[in-house]
Amino acid sequence: MMDKLMIVEDSLENVEGGFAFLGRLPYYRGLGLSMVEDIQVAIDGEVIPRENVRFSVRGKTYTLDAMETVYDDRWNFGEKALITALKPGGLAPGPHKLEMAVRNRVSYLPFVPTTKCVKDVTLAA
Amino acid sequence: MTSAIKRGVSLYSYQNETFQGKMTLEDCIRVSAELGARGIEVIGEQSFWGWPEIGVAQADIDNWHALIAKYDCVPVSHDYMLDYKRYKGRPMPFDEQVASVKKDIDFGAMLGMPYIRSLVSIAPEVLVAAAPFAEDKGIKLLTEVHAPLHFDHPWIIRMAEMFQKSGSPALGFLPDMGMFLQHFPPVWAEKFKRLGVPPHIADYIIKAYDDRVLSEYVILEVQNMGGTGPAIAMAETLRHNAAFEPKRMLDYMPMIHNVHGKFYEMTADYVEPSIPYDEIVTVLNQGGYTGYICSEYEGNRWIEDAEEPDSVEQVRRQQVMLARLLGESEVPTLKAA
Repeated sequence: MMDKLMIVEDSLENVEGGFAFLGRLPYYRGLGLSMVEDIQVAIDGEVIPRENVRFSVRGKTYTLDAMETVYDDRWNFGEKALITALKPGGLAPGPHKLEMAVRNRVSYLPFVPTTKCVKDVTLAA
Repeated sequence: MTSAIKRGVSLYSYQNETFQGKMTLEDCIRVSAELGARGIEVIGEQSFWGWPEIGVAQADIDNWHALIAKYDCVPVSHDYMLDYKRYKGRPMPFDEQVASVKKDIDFGAMLGMPYIRSLVSIAPEVLVAAAPFAEDKGIKLLTEVHAPLHFDHPWIIRMAEMFQKSGSPALGFLPDMGMFLQHFPPVWAEKFKRLGVPPHIADYIIKAYDDRVLSEYVILEVQNMGGTGPAIAMAETLRHNAAFEPKRMLDYMPMIHNVHGKFYEMTADYVEPSIPYDEIVTVLNQGGYTGYICSEYEGNRWIEDAEEPDSVEQVRRQQVMLARLLGESEVPTLKAA
């Protein structure tokens, strides 16, 4: 659910040491950060290594490994998190294919769902 | 004669709009009230940012009460989750689960809710342990009986026995009408076709569902027809959904305090093609049910790949249908924007 809405339109930007965009949790509720098992980011087919992804909400930034033991913070319903991919030099201006896949550990489900969003985006010059 | 059953809405119904910030909490409550659906149910952590890990600002709780008063609505249920898989690789200890439920009881009480909804996977032992606390707070813990579970499933029967043995009036059920899936929902079939299921396989599955063929046979037949990926997935929905009978609720009527009016689609002529609401309302009336039926629109996730859901219109249509079935003389109508 909410697959198409995960990557926020027009949010891609270059930042110090890489690029970043706004992402939303594909779910009808929020989730404690310890239950977000993975956020995979790929750009133009190149998967960003897990250790090079950062997740930021309300001014706090986490590595994906650190998130696994965060029990006092959440990714709220519909909340736009800043997803940063460390990639020296960032991205060239112009069109890119951006992919975001989120894997959640949902207590009541007998499986671990992954939801993916693929978007053609443009980085302004 | 007008039924004693009351109409409400679970704000889950408006999730596509609230997720995108197109509707606020006030919008959700206002349109529900306009439709005469005065019972309001929320998923706490959908409607209130911060719950449960961070907590909810008092201002947000005050706002909730102000909105309920402004639109003359009634709090019905806080649907809580209990994330017992919070810790990677190990389940949450029993005592911590009970403490977590107590926290949601407190939150429900803060919101003025008579009920909080427990997911069906929560162990009855946890609920029985939390029941005395719920009684003190004037809250009932209602386990949502939801497909693929149903009132004849041993898990539910065991749960009901434990609830009764405990003697606590705080333990009961909240059936989700999706377990009475009479026909394969057209919006599901259309989605699977968009995913590439050949029409003749889709038609076979729809017919097999109507013929009540055992799900395992349907899956095998779809394989024999050459079905792959999405076709198998479509057939596998029969493992998790079935046309159980609404009359099975009658044995449990004294324990049923809220009802999820699950629907996948309301057509322009006010029909839910897959769930038999006429039969459901007849059974609930027969059983003397006087609580709410809260709209729970879940068609959103089946159509969002192809079109923007119009959740308010879908809820309006279901409320028109419910008002008719309940014998109300007025037709629920939205105020012109």
